Amino acid sequence: MGILDIKNVGKRFGGLQALGDVNLSVAENSCHAIIGPNGAGKSTLLNCLVGKLIPDTGSVMFDGKSVLGRKPYEINQMGISRVFQTPEIFGDLTVLENMLIPCFAKRDGSFTPNAFIDMYKDSEIVERAEHMLEEMGMADARSDHAATMSRGNKRRLEIGMCLAQEPRLLLLDEPTAGMARADTNNTIDLLKQIKDERDITIAIIEHDMHVVFSLAERITVLAQGTPLVEDTPDNIKGHPKVREAYLGETQEAA
Amino acid sequence: MFGLDKKHTNLLLLVFILTLLAPFILNPFPEGSGMAQFNAGYPDLMQRFVIFGIFAIGFNILFGLTGYLSFGHAAFLGVGSYAAMWMMKLLTMNVIPAIAVSIVVAGLFSLLVGWISLRRSGIYFSILTLAFAQMSYALAYSVLTPITGGETGLQPKITDPRILDGASDTTPKANLFGLEMGSSFEWSVGSWLFTFNVGYYVAAIAMLVSFYLAIRIFNSPFGMMLRAIKSNQQRLNYTGLNARPYTLAAFVVSGMYAGLAGGLMVAMDTQVGAERMFWTASGEVVLMTILGGAGTLIGPVLGAGMIKYMENIMSKINSTILHEWFAFLPDGLEDFVVTLIYPFIGKGWHLTLGLIFMLVVIFLPGGLVEGGQRIARLFKRNKPSSDTPDGKTTPAE
Repeated sequence: MGILDIKNVGKRFGGLQALGDVNLSVAENSCHAIIGPNGAGKSTLLNCLVGKLIPDTGSVMFDGKSVLGRKPYEINQMGISRVFQTPEIFGDLTVLENMLIPCFAKRDGSFTPNAFIDMYKDSEIVERAEHMLEEMGMADARSDHAATMSRGNKRRLEIGMCLAQEPRLLLLDEPTAGMARADTNNTIDLLKQIKDERDITIAIIEHDMHVVFSLAERITVLAQGTPLVEDTPDNIKGHPKVREAYLGETQEAA
Repeated sequence: MFGLDKKHTNLLLLVFILTLLAPFILNPFPEGSGMAQFNAGYPDLMQRFVIFGIFAIGFNILFGLTGYLSFGHAAFLGVGSYAAMWMMKLLTMNVIPAIAVSIVVAGLFSLLVGWISLRRSGIYFSILTLAFAQMSYALAYSVLTPITGGETGLQPKITDPRILDGASDTTPKANLFGLEMGSSFEWSVGSWLFTFNVGYYVAAIAMLVSFYLAIRIFNSPFGMMLRAIKSNQQRLNYTGLNARPYTLAAFVVSGMYAGLAGGLMVAMDTQVGAERMFWTASGEVVLMTILGGAGTLIGPVLGAGMIKYMENIMSKINSTILHEWFAFLPDGLEDFVVTLIYPFIGKGWHLTLGLIFMLVVIFLPGGLVEGGQRIARLFKRNKPSSDTPDGKTTPAE
């Protein structure tokens, strides 16, 4: 039993069986990577976990409770935060405001009509947000508009916003997609640090093998909607089935 | 002061002083002079400035913050007006119950419309609100004639029950505890004439309260969530926040503002007709907000003022006046210039408004407020920059 248990999950889009029969368990406080070639169903699986899609069959249990049928915001309030492939932040707002929002969401829940308090006078929240910005090394940028930042910094902010909610499970969807090498390495360092310093489970979907082998403790290889093999990074590297289905292809492509 | 920071307190004080002194500020030209027609300091127009200011402030809470463009806000204005009128017919000519009920009824109606319309976003939301407003207009114009008076509209009559006022033989007039809305104090200084109207000041107080509440909403966590909805609703959902109740609350608040504006209109002119809910009225508040600066605090009020000024002042200029202005030119040239300008004034004021609107949208997407900020920056550039590094930014005014 892990913190996240996926059992017999299947999802069909018209004639396409995107997910066949996925069984997957993510152990608490581990870092679990899901890899696979394009079209393997990685993103579909992730969307089933966060409430964007509802699988046709099977069950998804988080901490012993089913997430199926719940809305994304409800699943988030249960303790699952998601980082998107393209950084999703509030571009029109300042960096500090970006950080205030998850802090309010964590403390006050999904809706609070607090229309007559000054948000900067809520010292508990402001201190928490400032603290998170410092941890992310972005305190100097607090007054900047978030949209003006570099992609690497947007990613950093997005991860910081997720962490501000103190999630138990952090889902990362190709966190280094489209990044320069330096930004990729920074992101890896940040994620390593998060893994080491916090009680947090990380599930990561990634194309970049460098990222996967730097971070993951366990790897599941997904191919054509079904898990091919699940093992430690070292065993995955040498696994003949994996080489055949996946690694060989991407190494050439990369 | 009032739980606001220094910057917003100053803004509120500025608006307070401007509205208080409006009878002077809007009447800069002496009576009988050639420029007197540009005076806007007469009660009817001043009342319109503040009432449409309230309407636009409320609309801006929905459109400026959440980005949901409602094309049916005149429906709430109209519903508020009808509610206020019925209070005057049934209860009393005192404006307080009329205004209070207009806010409540418009709030309830916007709750219903918002609850349905907010199932969709973007253009579909706009179309849904437009459909509701046009349905309301059609109902008020024909089907609901017993309640709305159909195309003749409603006015208070001597025969109305008016339980609290008792029988009276005179034509009923809207009042605030006996102080009639229509009564004015006129002050003549030299050739200037200043009019201080009771109705205007009642509406102005309502506008100041509305403006103050809008500032509080803008600076609250609630207001920030509304801006977050406009910025990235996806991230908001995945940050554990439910956008629906936030947008619905913003919709109802802006509906209540519209209801207040409708109630005040009835308090001022004691009449209401279905045309108040027509789609052009909904479009007008959209223009006001964008022209002044959507998402800014003072912008909608400026936009409302500008449009109402043009509607009432520009439209009064006729060809005789133009000929007077250009009398100094040689005859042929005079006629030519007048012919050139004529399409833009009088009944053609919409053309001028359209041109100004186009220019603003293309060159000043932030509206008149952005224009003001650019001018302010030009002056600041000469001085050493003194940006306050307090680490906190507030939305632009």
